[in-house]
Amino acid sequence: MRAIFPRQALSIAERLRDAGWIAFVALVLGVPMIGLTTVDAGNKLVVHTRLPLLMEFVAACFLGRLALRFSLDKFAQRKIERQAQEARRTVQIPARSTLPLIKWLGWWLLGAALVLPLMFSGNRYVVDTATTVLIYVMLGWGLNVVVGLAGLLDLGYVAFYAVGAYAYALLSTQFGWGFWQSLPVAGGLAAFFGLALGWPTLRLRGDYLAIVTLGFGEIIRIILVNWTELSGGPNGIASIPRPSFFGLPFQAPSDDGVQTFAGFFGLEYSPGQRVIFLYYLILLLALLTNLFVTRMRRLPVGRAWEAIREDEIACKALGINVVTVKLSAFALGAMLGGLAGVFFAARQGFISPESFVFSESATILAIVVLGGMGSQLGVVLASLVLVLLPEIGRDFAEYRMLLFGMAMILIMVWRPGGLLVRREPAIMAPAPMQARP
Amino acid sequence: MASIIQQLINGLTLGSIYGLIAIGYTMVYGIIGMINFAHGDIYMVSAFIAVTCFTLLAAAGISSVPLALLIVLAVTVAFTSVFGWSVERTAYRPLRGSTRLAPLISSIGMSIFLQNMVQVTQGARVKSIPPIITGGIDLFTRDGFNVHLAYSQIIIVMVTVALMAVFTWLITQTSFGRQQRACEQDRTMAMLLGIDVDRTISLTFMIGAALAAVAGVLVTVYYGVIDFYIGFGAGIKAFTAAVLGGIGSLPGAMLGGLVIGLIEAFWAAYLSAEYKDVATFSILILVLMFRPNGLLGRPEVEKV
Repeated sequence: MRAIFPRQALSIAERLRDAGWIAFVALVLGVPMIGLTTVDAGNKLVVHTRLPLLMEFVAACFLGRLALRFSLDKFAQRKIERQAQEARRTVQIPARSTLPLIKWLGWWLLGAALVLPLMFSGNRYVVDTATTVLIYVMLGWGLNVVVGLAGLLDLGYVAFYAVGAYAYALLSTQFGWGFWQSLPVAGGLAAFFGLALGWPTLRLRGDYLAIVTLGFGEIIRIILVNWTELSGGPNGIASIPRPSFFGLPFQAPSDDGVQTFAGFFGLEYSPGQRVIFLYYLILLLALLTNLFVTRMRRLPVGRAWEAIREDEIACKALGINVVTVKLSAFALGAMLGGLAGVFFAARQGFISPESFVFSESATILAIVVLGGMGSQLGVVLASLVLVLLPEIGRDFAEYRMLLFGMAMILIMVWRPGGLLVRREPAIMAPAPMQARP
Repeated sequence: MASIIQQLINGLTLGSIYGLIAIGYTMVYGIIGMINFAHGDIYMVSAFIAVTCFTLLAAAGISSVPLALLIVLAVTVAFTSVFGWSVERTAYRPLRGSTRLAPLISSIGMSIFLQNMVQVTQGARVKSIPPIITGGIDLFTRDGFNVHLAYSQIIIVMVTVALMAVFTWLITQTSFGRQQRACEQDRTMAMLLGIDVDRTISLTFMIGAALAAVAGVLVTVYYGVIDFYIGFGAGIKAFTAAVLGGIGSLPGAMLGGLVIGLIEAFWAAYLSAEYKDVATFSILILVLMFRPNGLLGRPEVEKV
């Protein structure tokens, strides 16, 4: 009945019973994990008990539940009161639209991104973290084409990132190719891998595609670990050349006559210059990605992606070649992932298979979904959240990833549609003419 | 010849464990259509509970192996199913009715959470316990190769077969099984007919967790070495098994588990141990190309 009629305020006894139940569950969960632990003593395990810690945990759950229920009830009550008030009012106040705010937010963020290195030029850590955020933004925008627009669940996106990174690493260390020469080749190679994987598998239903892409990601990683002659195995590839500024390398001035960036512009050399250059480089790449994807969305093929996401059968009936359209989204997403990989390799100077594990794919997918599928700005917000959370959490050391996992669940429960729920279609049907009174 | 039989035995043992975990994936997928990434970690948690339990029993001086095994199985299954229930209640139930990907992401979050919780509370080091079931039967020797059947392997296969029988009975004969299948076919209709859908889904998660717990105990008995990361590998394999067999199909999950166990054992023995996972996933891709619904999956009819 409570679901239909306005929620009655709970009595204190009911609240206590509810919290007591939660505390009981916490006790059951806590006993094998917190209450008991096995410790290595010599060559055998012995069990240690941590009763005080267990009691603290249960008490925290009890009080936490009480407080949570109380605030949720207050919140619900206030909502009901507000609704009742609004219903009483005869003149309806139109709901404030959030769209302009979101529009301005994008420009604000862009502005902030442009001036960030100038404001923090002395602080290498900030610029480095911002660069990481931008890599994830670019990856998110790439995967957004596949998952958010075309609606294909890809759990192995990191494979294409790895292909791009290793392509650049091999081309530069083995054949002496530069960053800009390698970029299109590595992107093309990643797209080719996307086609090679997508062609046989894209006719599968969504969730089958998920496991196939996951398997593909693992295959690539295992090959990178084991094919030592090609990839250096678990040791990876080191001393990958850094990108240069139109042929001007970022290095301390030397006597061998090499024109450096600092020397050419008559600046004092500092290692921070390269960090800032890398930052602007990934900002440029990310913005190009964004421009490219938003333009693609307006083309027939881009519209077909979104149409397929909404209703595949209707698309078939309308004569859209579903496999080709899906393949194009898949290959494009793969290419963007590959380009981000090239930048990653160039920035790190060292890559190993450890950077391309499943949890990376999961993080990128989480960025797309948390951001609100298909929303370009949402990807930016979600990357900020997911990259900065662990950074802020560094103070918590070993609890860092624990809190990260918890935050992922909480954000999802709090906003199941993503941070920016509003999904703007690329095109809208023109508004019907309003009849004059 | 002798070594083929040996690999068959090893493969079936491994496959039984994968199959038990795969059932959890396939049941959850069948009923709410989500990939539960935290399932592998539930299995990992159960292995830790089993290790604690075995150590406690050893300290208490219970030396009878069958008794110890029964107690550990019962305790681990009980605790782990509470874990299964809590995971569903906190991370997935609030998301029922939202997009398909929302529970997927929260299950990834839950997987990260469980792994790190175990790492923080139980330590990041590998835990090993002394072998509980030792010995075995030497079946025969040919060409200098000794075919060995360990008692632990017999127990694993026997427990799996017995569980499958109980489980099949549960799903096909009991009223819970009927409710579970009804929810799988049409949740709204089941609700209208008075089935408590939330309760059925909770029970499904608990049963899935219980089967994973049995797998966790068996793995502890078989290898005797666990760490907080074992859930990921086993989870991926078991999920692959569920898809290979046809996701949503219970016999399919078991069959898929056995097939993957056999592929792994044979590939590792005859070709290369490093690439056995590559073989597993490649065969998955090949099978899906020719049978897009898995080995035993029913083809889905899409209606407009």
